[in-house]
Amino acid sequence: MLKKISKIPFSGTKEQEEKLKQVIAECAGDNSQLMHVMQVAQDIYGYLPFEVQQMIADGMGVPLEKVYGVATFYAQFALSPKGEYAISVCLGTACYVKGSQEILDELSAQLGIGAEECTPDGRFSLTACRCIGACGLAPVITVNDDVYGKITAADVKGILEKYQ
Amino acid sequence: MYRSHVLVCGGTGCTSSNSPAIIEALEKEIKAKGLEEEVKVIRTGCFGLCALGPIMIVYPEGCFYSEVKVEDVPEIVEEHLLKGRMVKRLLYDETVHGQEVKPLKETQFYKKQHRIALRNCGVINPEDINEYIAYDGYQALAKCLTELTPEQVIQIVKDSGLRGRGGGGFPTGLKWSFTAANKADQKYVVCNADEGDPGAFMDRSVLEGDPHCIVEAMTICGYATGATEGYIYVRAEYPIAVKRLQIAIDQAKEMGLLGKNIFGSGFDFDLHVKLGAGAFVCGEETALMTSIEGNRGEPRPRPPYPAVKGLFGKPTTENNVETFANIPTIIREGAEFFASMGTEKSKGTKVFALGGKIANTGLVEIPMGTTLREIIEEIGGGIPNGKKFKAAQTGGPSGGCIPASLIDTPIDYDNLTAIGCMMGSGGLIVMDEDNCMVDIAKFFLNFTVDESCGKCTPCRIGTRRLLEMLDKITSGKGTLEDLDKLEELCYYIKENSLCGLGQTAPNPVLATLKFFRDEYISHVVDKKCPAGVCKDLLTYKVVKDNCFGCGMCAKQCPASAITRTDYVAPGKKLAAFEIDANKCVKCGACESACRFKAIVKE
Repeated sequence: MLKKISKIPFSGTKEQEEKLKQVIAECAGDNSQLMHVMQVAQDIYGYLPFEVQQMIADGMGVPLEKVYGVATFYAQFALSPKGEYAISVCLGTACYVKGSQEILDELSAQLGIGAEECTPDGRFSLTACRCIGACGLAPVITVNDDVYGKITAADVKGILEKYQ
Repeated sequence: MYRSHVLVCGGTGCTSSNSPAIIEALEKEIKAKGLEEEVKVIRTGCFGLCALGPIMIVYPEGCFYSEVKVEDVPEIVEEHLLKGRMVKRLLYDETVHGQEVKPLKETQFYKKQHRIALRNCGVINPEDINEYIAYDGYQALAKCLTELTPEQVIQIVKDSGLRGRGGGGFPTGLKWSFTAANKADQKYVVCNADEGDPGAFMDRSVLEGDPHCIVEAMTICGYATGATEGYIYVRAEYPIAVKRLQIAIDQAKEMGLLGKNIFGSGFDFDLHVKLGAGAFVCGEETALMTSIEGNRGEPRPRPPYPAVKGLFGKPTTENNVETFANIPTIIREGAEFFASMGTEKSKGTKVFALGGKIANTGLVEIPMGTTLREIIEEIGGGIPNGKKFKAAQTGGPSGGCIPASLIDTPIDYDNLTAIGCMMGSGGLIVMDEDNCMVDIAKFFLNFTVDESCGKCTPCRIGTRRLLEMLDKITSGKGTLEDLDKLEELCYYIKENSLCGLGQTAPNPVLATLKFFRDEYISHVVDKKCPAGVCKDLLTYKVVKDNCFGCGMCAKQCPASAITRTDYVAPGKKLAAFEIDANKCVKCGACESACRFKAIVKE
């Protein structure tokens, strides 16, 4: 999967760095914990910019290319920041046969961005995700932690308005 | 002692349709009425009938309330829990029979089901080990450790005829015996809970609804194969499952059912939860192990098989969640009980995730050998909106489809393989006449191209070429020759890929080519998409004699492709509109705007 790499300058805080260092200290020396450290790092920063990958590589004693390799392999790791409201459209099979592609197209048209992109004001980001396991509610989209099930393209506008 | 128990589904489907708020409202309302000593609210795992969520069952009556809203809660508490009068309007209609309420077991959806893997889902509180124990939990483990030798345990699993539920269908007992036969200082048990097949969610439901049964089964497997450590590799996208697994492990440790010297037998076993990060290929056993070790989840060539050299280079047994979920029952009830269900070579039951164009979406567990017709027409409640059944897709991106002509096929491993399909993890997506089979094949190819790890060339490049050919076909540029090339490439990829992902990736194309070749031919010869899905092959037209000239379509058109003509249809007052095919972007806005069905796509 090709990942979009953000050009937004890195703006991590000291507190964030402290938190990350603490987790690295707990796991250093055990390479099988690399993904765990990266998952925590993504929780802290929201995504994995190069600066953070470098910190992890140094702390865990592995080459940066290995961290980058793992980051680009798994869908969960993001290399660009998410919007304030992260919208995911489920494109799992059950949702797809019930028209989730149309919903993605409609969201894309309304927001003026494509999948895996973020609006210039940083408010909304849009991703197409794989099955979230709520197939009974297909088609499903999520906005941060809110789940909207059994929707149609016509509902998109109303849902977006809630977050304006 | 409580006089009444209210079970509310806390599975993913119902949680998404807001069951936590309902539980909160219930508890508040019960307290306000002073009933907290008499009525207990329990958050359970998935009931299976996700389409009707959020679901609530009140015992002892067994009332099944469906699609409950927060606003309904005061009425339920006031009427039912306080005054003992059921709230009829919220009952699932199938359970209402005149003045009586039918037990859930007698409804169409549940009648043919036989729950083994899902036996505790929707029955117990998954976060309380005592409830699991009250439902015979950990008895199987006790029996193994105190009465049976490891060889006897493996023999029971072999005799039961249990086969891997993750897709391949490899005999589980045999797999265990391979690991047991290898001597090593350290062996591992791995549970594959990286449910990557889009449209399947049975593993999630088991983990969320009955996590202790996985803990118990993995410990049994450890005892049988000589392993002392286990890993559960679960998707990070399943936060509820992760949380409940961790609770289950902690509780089991506290009770001495996990850890050192279990049941005083001298057997030690420890479990860890590992989070996956979203890679379909990690469902392949060697890729999963590479991922647990902290690497890019790329598969390794086999041999050596995991039973010889698996996780961290040590002998490892890897099974899927649903496979493990069957183990405690097999040990407790005996191999004959399990083997008495199913067909000759596929024993027991299988959980299917019913989804797509079907009335009762949800999870069903049925004996092997149940026909597709029974699943769709009886359990699933048929196709909604009066549409016609076209095909059922099984096995996700690695599987194929079963066309309407084979609807009476009894579902088991061998029958599905015989028709070029695959059991897979058990996703069963129903499609109706509005779904284009070429488009579905393209959808799955898109998925595999995205998820191919890139290690071997046939899969990395081959799947991309397949996708390009399908793109060509759906955009109306394909030729009959392309169909032959497509098929040839499919066989090449199947034979030469390194792991299961590549070896099965062409299946959706091959199956649709086999059963729906006429649809492919319509795309390449007539340049038409019979189901009206492939946009490049559609044209929108105004049926002028039906047009009232209201202009709603022109207003909605984003491309200004619709203009008024001079033609006034007989009996109409205003001139009709027409669509300029060169400007039309085929968004369909005009069709949905027209109230007179004067716009058609063909």
